[in-house]
Amino acid sequence: MNIAYSTELICFLILSSVIVSGSLAVVLLENIVYSAFLLGGVFMAVAGLYLLLNASFVAAAQVLVYVGAVNVLILFAIMLVNNKEKLKPIEGLKTRKLISGGVCGGLLILLLRVSITTKWNLPGPTSIGEEATERIGEHLFTDYLLPFELASILLLMAMIGAIVLARREVSIPTDDINDLKNQKSLSDKKIPLLSENSLK
Amino acid sequence: MLENSIVPVPLEAYLIVAAFLFCTGVWGLINSRNAVRVLMSIELMLNAVNINLMSFSSYIDGSIIRGQVFSIFVITVAAAEAAVGLAILLSLYRNRVTIDMESFNLLKW
Repeated sequence: MNIAYSTELICFLILSSVIVSGSLAVVLLENIVYSAFLLGGVFMAVAGLYLLLNASFVAAAQVLVYVGAVNVLILFAIMLVNNKEKLKPIEGLKTRKLISGGVCGGLLILLLRVSITTKWNLPGPTSIGEEATERIGEHLFTDYLLPFELASILLLMAMIGAIVLARREVSIPTDDINDLKNQKSLSDKKIPLLSENSLK
Repeated sequence: MLENSIVPVPLEAYLIVAAFLFCTGVWGLINSRNAVRVLMSIELMLNAVNINLMSFSSYIDGSIIRGQVFSIFVITVAAAEAAVGLAILLSLYRNRVTIDMESFNLLKW
C-alpha cells in the first residue's frame, strides 16, 4: 500500500465519520440552529467524498447549491420562524421513537445486507477523472436534453411558487393610492416584516 | 495492473455510509416535531441517494458517468424542493404561529 492509497483511505475514514456523526447530530440535537450549521458540515463532507470519487464538478455543484443556497435558506427560515415555543408533550413519544428506531435499524440492516452480499460488476472501466466535466456537458446537451430543459422549467416554477407562497398580502385603500400628496403616508403604511397583526 | 486491482476504499464502504445517512434521514423525518428539521432530514436522504449514484458512477460506470448527470438533476430538484418547502413553512407559520408538525392538520378532511 503506497502513500496515495493510505491518504485516500484516511480521507475516506475522516469524511465518513464526519458524515455519520454530523447526520446523527442534525437529527438528535435540541437546538435547531446547531443542527443547521452541522448540516452544512455534512454537505461539505459529502462534497469531499465526491472529490474522492473523481467528480470535481459535482463536488463544486454540491458546495455551491447545498452549502451556499439550501443551507442558507434553511438558516433564514429558522431565524424567521424561531420563537422558542414549548412543544406540547405527546403520549407515548418514547415508544414511538423506539419503534421507528427499530424500523429504521431494520432498513439499515437490509440495505447493508444488499450492498455487501451483492456481487457488483467490479472492476468497471477506469474512471475518466478530470474529463468528467466535459462528459457531463455532452450528456446534458445530447441524450439528457429533455430532462435538462424540464429541470429549468421546474426551477422557474419553484421560484414563482415560492414567491407566491411566501408573499404577504398587503391591502391599501385605493384613496391612498390616488392621493398624490399622500405618498409619504403610503410608504408609512408598509407592514413591517413581523408585525403583531400578521401573527394572528 | 497490480496497482489497479488494489482498491483502497471498496465500493461497499461508500454504500454503507450512504445507507447509514439514509436511515438517519428516515428516522429524523418520522420523529422530528420541528418542521424545519423535517426538511433537513429530507436533504440528508437526498444526499444519501446522491452518494450512491456517485459511487456507482465512479466504480461501475467510470467511462460514461451517467450517475453524475443524475446526481446533478437530484441536486436541482433538491434546491427547488427546499425553496418551495420553506415558503410553505413560512406561510403555515403565518397562519398557525407554530412549527410543531403535530398541529399542522390543514390538509386533513
